[in-house]
Amino acid sequence: MSLGLTSYGARHVQAFLASLGRLARSPFSTFLTLIVIALALVLPLGLELFVTNARLATGGFANAIDLSVYFKTDVPLAKAEQLAKSARARAGIAQIDVISADAALAEFRAYSGFGAALGVLNANPLPHVLHVHPASDAESAASLEALRSYFAAWPEVDVVQIDAQWVTRFNAILEVLRRLLVIAAAILGAGVVAVIGNTIRLEILNRRGEIEVTKIVGGSNGFVRRPFLYAGILYGLGGALLAWGIAASAIGMLAAPVATLARTYGSRYTLVGPTAQDLVLLIAGGVILGWLGAWLSATRHLRSIEPRA
Amino acid sequence: MIVFDRASKRYPNGREGLSNASLRVEEGEMVFLTGRSGAGKSTVLKLIALLERPTRGTVVVGGKNTASLAPRHIPAFRRRIGIVFQDHKLLTERPVFDNVALPLVVAGTPLKEIDKRVRAALDQVGLLGKERALPLELSVGEQQRVGIARAVVSKPPLLIADEPTGNLDPDLAVEVMRLFKRFQEVGVTIVVATHDVHLVRELGLREIVLDHGHVQGADIDPLAGMIATR
Repeated sequence: MSLGLTSYGARHVQAFLASLGRLARSPFSTFLTLIVIALALVLPLGLELFVTNARLATGGFANAIDLSVYFKTDVPLAKAEQLAKSARARAGIAQIDVISADAALAEFRAYSGFGAALGVLNANPLPHVLHVHPASDAESAASLEALRSYFAAWPEVDVVQIDAQWVTRFNAILEVLRRLLVIAAAILGAGVVAVIGNTIRLEILNRRGEIEVTKIVGGSNGFVRRPFLYAGILYGLGGALLAWGIAASAIGMLAAPVATLARTYGSRYTLVGPTAQDLVLLIAGGVILGWLGAWLSATRHLRSIEPRA
Repeated sequence: MIVFDRASKRYPNGREGLSNASLRVEEGEMVFLTGRSGAGKSTVLKLIALLERPTRGTVVVGGKNTASLAPRHIPAFRRRIGIVFQDHKLLTERPVFDNVALPLVVAGTPLKEIDKRVRAALDQVGLLGKERALPLELSVGEQQRVGIARAVVSKPPLLIADEPTGNLDPDLAVEVMRLFKRFQEVGVTIVVATHDVHLVRELGLREIVLDHGHVQGADIDPLAGMIATR
């Protein structure tokens, strides 16, 4: 039994090495095929990286959907704090910060550059403000709207402001890109199957004589097909690695200018390259598509080659 | 070992390769198929090796009716038959060793065993030491012997040869036939198609004569003959 298994394994190793050798013996055409496969694989990967990076780059504020509750200027701070306290008991709120008119003025004086001009004012014109941070499970448009009307209903409140529309839009755009990614991956995956299938078909036609002889001496369809399946797997694997290399070097080239750009926005954000998980997915995808293309092609074309002595 | 019962083969182009042929080859026998080219010798061999199937009648090889053999069983069936071709059908870009090893490789023979058996087969045909040569570096006679080594390497019980001496000079032809005779002496059933009647007469072995797809003379199986004349 163990002998049988060993020889079964040995035959696979043999077929694998034979396929590898065959690809290595025609490096130029192998490379051309690999490039086509890599380009088809790198596009969805690039899109994936773009979406991931866009999400990360904006992550700091995309999640910060805040409500600003402005009180009427005649509302005293004690009242504002009392209202904040009762609001904290409400569900759907993660945090409420009370920003007193004095604190707001001090901050404004410090950061706006109008410090001297503000000294002219006899009274503080700013209202007390509540910064309301919704709980993460209450970020949907409906619950935000519920929060807004809850605060707006207080007679002491002047205005409730939600700066969430662009965030919603941005997330919607990312969702569109994500769908595009799936569609692109499906279309280009079919392309990879077709490219590998066609390459294998040509290879089979080239080796017609050898296949006939192999069948004459009793080679089964499975035996004849095996090296072609390995060739397909190797094409997929090579294409995937090449795609990964292309994506990684593109990220490498973009990293410095993107970091510079981020710094102008006061962000310390840096580009994220393909992760180990991306690599595993890419290789698995390439190998499966390569195998599938080779299997479809070999099954179809090997059947038509029957020995005619 | 081989029984043809009123077997006919009509090719898709309408040519009748074999008509109502009945013949029988016993186990361990060495038989010649003779006749002019186009007489049906190759067709008989193709029907034996299941490279073709009869359009009518039955062909039984090694107790198996070739008509009822499922495609997935054909490879195992062919592994029990060694075939020698006039044009050798060697893989020209592979060394002699790989060519001879092919039937063992497809059968899943362990590598050590392959090495031993290939050398033994090459020794039998007098080509030991030529393992690494490419077929085209060898003479025609040597190429033919590589083909024979490949046919016998897996020790099949049946060996068929289509004009194995067609491209060889008379001395080499005799040598090849002697080689076959030696295989027969160790129990292999051998069917050789040839138009070289002198060589056949010299060896004094049974001859099945084909003419225009018909089996000639007294070799017809009595039972089949009876049915045919009824």
